[in-house]
Amino acid sequence: MAKVAIKVKVNGVEHEAEVEPRLLLVHFLRETLRLTGTHIGCDTSHCGACTVVIDGRAIKSCTAFAVQADGRAITTVEGLEQDGKLHPLQDGFFQEHGLQCGYCTPGMLMTGYAFLGANTDPTDDEIRRAISGNLCRCTGYVNIVKAYQYAAQKLREGGA
Amino acid sequence: MIPRSFEYFSPRTLDEALSLLQKLGSDAKLLSGGQSLIPMMKLRLVSPQYIVDINRIPGLDYISESDGQLTIGALTREHELETSDLVRSKFPILADTAKVIADPLVRSQATVCGNLAHGDPANDHPATMLALGATVVATGPKGQREIAIENFFPSLFTTALQAEEILTEIRIPFPLPRSGGAYLKLERKVGDFATAGVAVQITLDGAGICQRAGVGLTNVGLTPIKAKQAEAFLVDKTLDDATIKHAAELAASESQPMDDIRGSADYKRDLVRVLAARALGRALDRARGGA
Repeated sequence: MAKVAIKVKVNGVEHEAEVEPRLLLVHFLRETLRLTGTHIGCDTSHCGACTVVIDGRAIKSCTAFAVQADGRAITTVEGLEQDGKLHPLQDGFFQEHGLQCGYCTPGMLMTGYAFLGANTDPTDDEIRRAISGNLCRCTGYVNIVKAYQYAAQKLREGGA
Repeated sequence: MIPRSFEYFSPRTLDEALSLLQKLGSDAKLLSGGQSLIPMMKLRLVSPQYIVDINRIPGLDYISESDGQLTIGALTREHELETSDLVRSKFPILADTAKVIADPLVRSQATVCGNLAHGDPANDHPATMLALGATVVATGPKGQREIAIENFFPSLFTTALQAEEILTEIRIPFPLPRSGGAYLKLERKVGDFATAGVAVQITLDGAGICQRAGVGLTNVGLTPIKAKQAEAFLVDKTLDDATIKHAAELAASESQPMDDIRGSADYKRDLVRVLAARALGRALDRARGGA
């Protein structure tokens, strides 16, 4: 099948590539761009390990084609740290012990990045709903909720 | 998992999309939210030769009010339905429904129209649209036609859409005063399809007598089910406990569930009874001005 030329901005950097239409966005990120921070977990649209933010919205990159991202801006977990400084969410996961094995963490961070972008004063219940598409098999979620609250407070204080 | 190869088209206008569908015929599949289609392609349950991606067609993403109807465009995402003030204030049943579809990440992509056009009896909006008495607009090479939602699901995974048509809009009549609705679904976990789901929309008169009732059922048959006996029973009655109880029993008797991993047919039928009674109770509260 004919390849399609796409232009995608990932973490602020423009990339051009020729891709097969069937190439999934997660494979484009991991294999074409070698940005392996985005994980493949279940590969069946359930676990959210592959979550990235595209034009401000968190989506599952295993359930989108790379061609659909043409002309759009994507943020992956590699884009959170700025000038050597962790994003408040990353700091929150560190401070509140929001990860154990770490496999779900990139997805949890990206869901949080979009979610806190729209709401920096969430209730625990709102956080739990927001992460209901991200599965974590280690933590029991309690510390992830605390990590989100930690980040939310930092963001409210303007610490982003 | 990697889908089979396909040729990709990304039309910029509805006309362009329609002529592509005419040219490519039934080997083409429309891509909107893709949250059902892409997983099915990855599992190779479907392998369309051509994908016509309608996401870049402007003007199809809206929730608005026109001629006494709520209109929802082809590219309106579940997330937008869930967060729309208009929907939350006038159609709480729609917000109920959007909130229990898949998970928030899927809902940021998945479309409301796609939830209908997919024709899956496990999807949640069909029951709600049946309860609301919605109409869908099919746009084809010869123009638009309206299809009443109760005629939209002829059989399993089949809709009344022709291969060259696109579901471009859902139209829902604005509820009269003293109307209320609710959607209740039991799912084993977030993201699962319904073990069963019940949608109810009622309108009362000034004396509290039921003037209109819509009852739709999710995932308890080969198609979404309109519980016509329950609906007919409710009209012209005061919705007291005994009436609600009997209507819920009728709805259960109209369901046609099958045994599967989510439960036995008997269990699901009884679940319809329980959910129908609860949904009627909540719809009644809302019709009386409660939340």
